[in-house]
Amino acid sequence: MSTRSLLLSLALTAVLGAGTALAETPGLGKNITENDIKPWNLDVLPDGTNMPPGSGTPAQGAPIYAQKCAVCHGEKGEKPAPGYAALVSPPKFDRIDAFKSVTYYEFATTLFDVIRRSMPFTTPRTLTDNEVYAVSAYILSLNKIIGENDVMDAQTLPKVKMPNAGKFIVRFPDRI
Amino acid sequence: MSTKERRPISHVPDVAGNGLLDRRALLGRGIMFAGATAAGAGASLTGAAAEPLKDDPWSLTMGAATPQRQEPSRFEKNVVRTLSNPNNEPRNSHARTPHHLLQGTVTPAALHFTINHSGLPDIDPEKHRLVIHGLVRQPKIFSLEDLSRYPMVTRMGFLECGGNSAPMFSNEPFQGTAQALHGLVSNSEWTGVLLSTLFEEVGLDPKAKWFLAEGADSLALHRSVPVKKGLDDAMIALYQNGERLMPGNGYPMRLLLPGYQGNMNVKFVRRIKLLDQPSMSFYEAKTYSQIIPGDRYWKFHFLQEVKSFITHPSFGHSLKGPGFYEISGVAYSGTGRITRVMVSADGGKSWGQAALQGPVYPQAFVRFRMPWRWDGQPVVLQSRAWDEAGNVQPTRSEFVAARGETQRPVASPLAFPNQHYNSITSWGIDSKGEIKHVYA
Repeated sequence: MSTRSLLLSLALTAVLGAGTALAETPGLGKNITENDIKPWNLDVLPDGTNMPPGSGTPAQGAPIYAQKCAVCHGEKGEKPAPGYAALVSPPKFDRIDAFKSVTYYEFATTLFDVIRRSMPFTTPRTLTDNEVYAVSAYILSLNKIIGENDVMDAQTLPKVKMPNAGKFIVRFPDRI
Repeated sequence: MSTKERRPISHVPDVAGNGLLDRRALLGRGIMFAGATAAGAGASLTGAAAEPLKDDPWSLTMGAATPQRQEPSRFEKNVVRTLSNPNNEPRNSHARTPHHLLQGTVTPAALHFTINHSGLPDIDPEKHRLVIHGLVRQPKIFSLEDLSRYPMVTRMGFLECGGNSAPMFSNEPFQGTAQALHGLVSNSEWTGVLLSTLFEEVGLDPKAKWFLAEGADSLALHRSVPVKKGLDDAMIALYQNGERLMPGNGYPMRLLLPGYQGNMNVKFVRRIKLLDQPSMSFYEAKTYSQIIPGDRYWKFHFLQEVKSFITHPSFGHSLKGPGFYEISGVAYSGTGRITRVMVSADGGKSWGQAALQGPVYPQAFVRFRMPWRWDGQPVVLQSRAWDEAGNVQPTRSEFVAARGETQRPVASPLAFPNQHYNSITSWGIDSKGEIKHVYA
């Protein structure tokens, strides 16, 4: 390399170096691994991504529901306590103010997710994943969306055909 | 100012039916209201004789001690939010902003509406963390102290619950104040770190099209948001009207998505996860996916569309006889700046353009004002707003034709028959000056 080209490359390095320095971010956050995020990483996605291991049936869910859910949502998901929502209702939404329960959801994963992250209301995140599968199965079977003996797990639950699937219209597609 | 420019109020021209006056009367552009001295008592419309003056007790003694943190006067005790769950039963709690008792555009932080789904979490800011992970190059975790060192931005912004104004889905007008009808919207100055700044830190995978934001509340409430919005103007807000966020508004940090449905602006935000699909959380799958006529359902509504309502005068006030009044209210839109507000005093038959109190910010309240001379006859007051994206606030009949209404009257503002209501609001005033909510 000639002296001239060496100087040129040094000059370029200086310029590029300065540019890189300007583009640097403050870098104030700490790195963390997905493994360390696990206790908070509870979301499950409609296609089944992030569904945990485990399984449950309606029969296994019934006693858990009776003990931990019925006080608010009513026995067998009907006749809830005043101010609380029933979990069983026909998939009939012919009025703009029709009551929406589990039958309204487009995906069964929504039910599993909300039980797992938010319920029971006063003691959230105390159910095991097996219990969440079982209670989900029980509520789906009360709504006759699955059979009384169907097993819910990471493979079967995301594939449950919900009565309203395919009826939802994206309101503002250009915003996505 | 020359005498020529001082025109008495009786000479201010009407611009629309039932006594709406030229808005320029308010802006001092050549038309002034006559004061009692300028044009004599005959031209003053509120010129009752005053009592002789005297000193009241508070003018004759030293006042109270100066507190560290000021509270409103004891005479303002009725300026409070209305509560849906004052005993904190295990369910959600709404608190509505008293718009009919406020002026200007900034909602005092203590009166900002809140909806808390499982009470107010008592978050230690030293221990709170925000983690960003998922489809990123390097997951990172931030403390409040970390975030406080980033470049910040300040902006005005309204926040509105998707269920605000929902009593107006009722087939008969629900009788309530602007607070009962529209109290789930408020407006603040927000300061925080742009989410795009933090996205640069973690490096987005090109497959990332959505992110979920999750709160540190007991429900771990979460919502899905397109990355497009995250890169546009989303903020991790740390300050509200210059001070740290109120607990009910997300202390110590919340997601702020200017112009988007309140529930998406996740409070107490502790986790943001980049995804290739929406998570279809409980709130987006159920509550905020609304039924529209014809067995169809909308999802991903996001936008709080253009809206305005008159706060003065409105239900809960009464007019004390004919004469001059200023009609005023707020207008806002999720799709930009308000460009025009028209006001009617004859139920929409004729309209006059209201003055907009600048500066007008995007996705924020603007206060509109309209001078009015009431002749004492029954009137119906309305306001209608336009925004810079070309959207116009619908009339109620236009709105109902598209979105429907209930078959039976709504009995309570807590009913939420449906979501995302934005039509014109009408206040009917009778000859006694009493005000009702009407459909016109």
